Amino acid sequence: MKLNVEELHKVAHLARLSIHPKDEESYSQALSNILNLVDEMQSIDTAGVKPMAHPMDASQRLRKDEVTETDQREHLQKIAPATEKGLYLVPRVVE
Amino acid sequence: MLDLSLTQMAQGLAERKFSSVELTQAFLQRIQIINPQLNAFITVTEQEALEAAKAADAQIAAGKATPLTGIPIAHKDLFCTEGIKTSCGSKMLDNFIAPYDASVVAKLKNAGAVSLGKTNLDEFAMGSSNESSFYGSVKNPWDTQAVAGGSSGGSAAAVAARLVPAATGTDTGGSIRQPAAFCGITGLKPTYGRVSRWGMVAYASSMDQAGPMARSAEDCALLLEQMAGFDERDSTSLDHPVPDYLSQLGTSLQGMTLGMPKEYFADDLSPQTAERIQAAIKELEKLGASVKEISLPLTRMAIPAYYVISPAEASSNLSRFDGVRYGYRCENPVDLEDLYKRSRSEAFGEEVKRRILIGTYALSEGFYDAYYNKAQQIRRLIAEDFQTAFQSVDLIVAPTTPNPAFDLGSNSIDPVQMYLGDIYTLGVNLAGLPAISVPVGQINQRPVGMQLIGNHFSEAKLLNAAHQFQQATDHHLQKPQLT
Repeated sequence: MKLNVEELHKVAHLARLSIHPKDEESYSQALSNILNLVDEMQSIDTAGVKPMAHPMDASQRLRKDEVTETDQREHLQKIAPATEKGLYLVPRVVE
Repeated sequence: MLDLSLTQMAQGLAERKFSSVELTQAFLQRIQIINPQLNAFITVTEQEALEAAKAADAQIAAGKATPLTGIPIAHKDLFCTEGIKTSCGSKMLDNFIAPYDASVVAKLKNAGAVSLGKTNLDEFAMGSSNESSFYGSVKNPWDTQAVAGGSSGGSAAAVAARLVPAATGTDTGGSIRQPAAFCGITGLKPTYGRVSRWGMVAYASSMDQAGPMARSAEDCALLLEQMAGFDERDSTSLDHPVPDYLSQLGTSLQGMTLGMPKEYFADDLSPQTAERIQAAIKELEKLGASVKEISLPLTRMAIPAYYVISPAEASSNLSRFDGVRYGYRCENPVDLEDLYKRSRSEAFGEEVKRRILIGTYALSEGFYDAYYNKAQQIRRLIAEDFQTAFQSVDLIVAPTTPNPAFDLGSNSIDPVQMYLGDIYTLGVNLAGLPAISVPVGQINQRPVGMQLIGNHFSEAKLLNAAHQFQQATDHHLQKPQLT
């Protein structure tokens, strides 16, 4: 399995990463090598096997729908790169 | 004082042979001298440590000591520590001061442990050599040309070099056991769900598990007892009583059956490593255990399955790093997409980007069945093979790695070469099992680790078997020469 440069950029966009043109070849090569390794799985017959998401097949525990957390907005926003009046600032999205 | 076990330290403190402040100062001093050669610590919290030690001494004087009161430890820099930088070995979090303590950190703090600081790791725990850290590689204390292993390489090197008597680690695919093996210490990866993941920065959530790293199984037992337990805040934490691990260390191995998976002793294993492991197995037989060959036929398949599932989960977990709420933010973003892309591209290292890309690819439309679903199916088959094995054996005995520590820089060209070295540790994580690595000797001054694998929640049995072995041998007492 070879991941070409076009596919590389498509996946990078999905992951919100950008790949510098000078790194295209090395990423494409490394990812292709990983995909080759991963393709070894296709040699195993897994027909009818239920995929295992949790190693003990435990299901998600649910808690009562009640307020358990206190408001820590100020405390948690202290580490944000940019905030104003309790809101996170990002570049303008709507003109 | 630096060579005492945790139990001996607690005893020394109780008998006022030394104070926690003296003990803490001794280790801090050792860090100051030795750490520049090893790069095992990212952050040393001297002030906080001395204050905590003073408080511990007051507690001891008041007769209110708990099991770890006044004992120095360190945390892998993947655990959130309130008010202290929590970098995850990444430029992304170089400026991140955690606003709260991880459950493990809080539990050990409550038990009285004194944290000396945060240890180095592969970036976001992705790596087997500690070379992907933004803060540089950790050097192996036995041979500074060699890697310390990863991802908990800083914790392993720090414990081996007597910079701290014990440390926390995390293990998603071998990240406690492999560096423990490479640095000649003891490291336990508990059952998935045994120790809370809350406040431990996520890599692959269905496999991440925290555990103790120390110089002996006895010390690991003492630590695990304080780390383990149900936590409401971790949705996959399992509600299962925590035994008194320390009191269960006296059981004879007489009548115990150990399984040797033939696939773990095949071509991948270097002959010299095999020799050390075989010799250790002979010791276990002398202690009364019987050994039989078993088969885990899909051993090799753990590598591709793991390197689909873990990057897939990582790509999802690491989407939270967006330059908006915390962490690195690029300069002058022109729009939101530019903010996301440049913040992430400028702050993540290469291995992290590779895994995010592979994970995104594996989860993308049209590929999900062929990769992620297939890997999760193979995961079930691997887990079932282990269950079959545990019908006829109590524990599995195997090498931790095919070879001792490799040279720094030797695996940097092709990541796949490094992934192949994880062959003996990955299956355990896929199946959620506990496993321990114990030192069994050296090859050219580089330590070799033996792995014992147990069924779910068999930590007490694993710790006891490792302890019995360490009572009869002295490999775990060997230490690197550093000045």
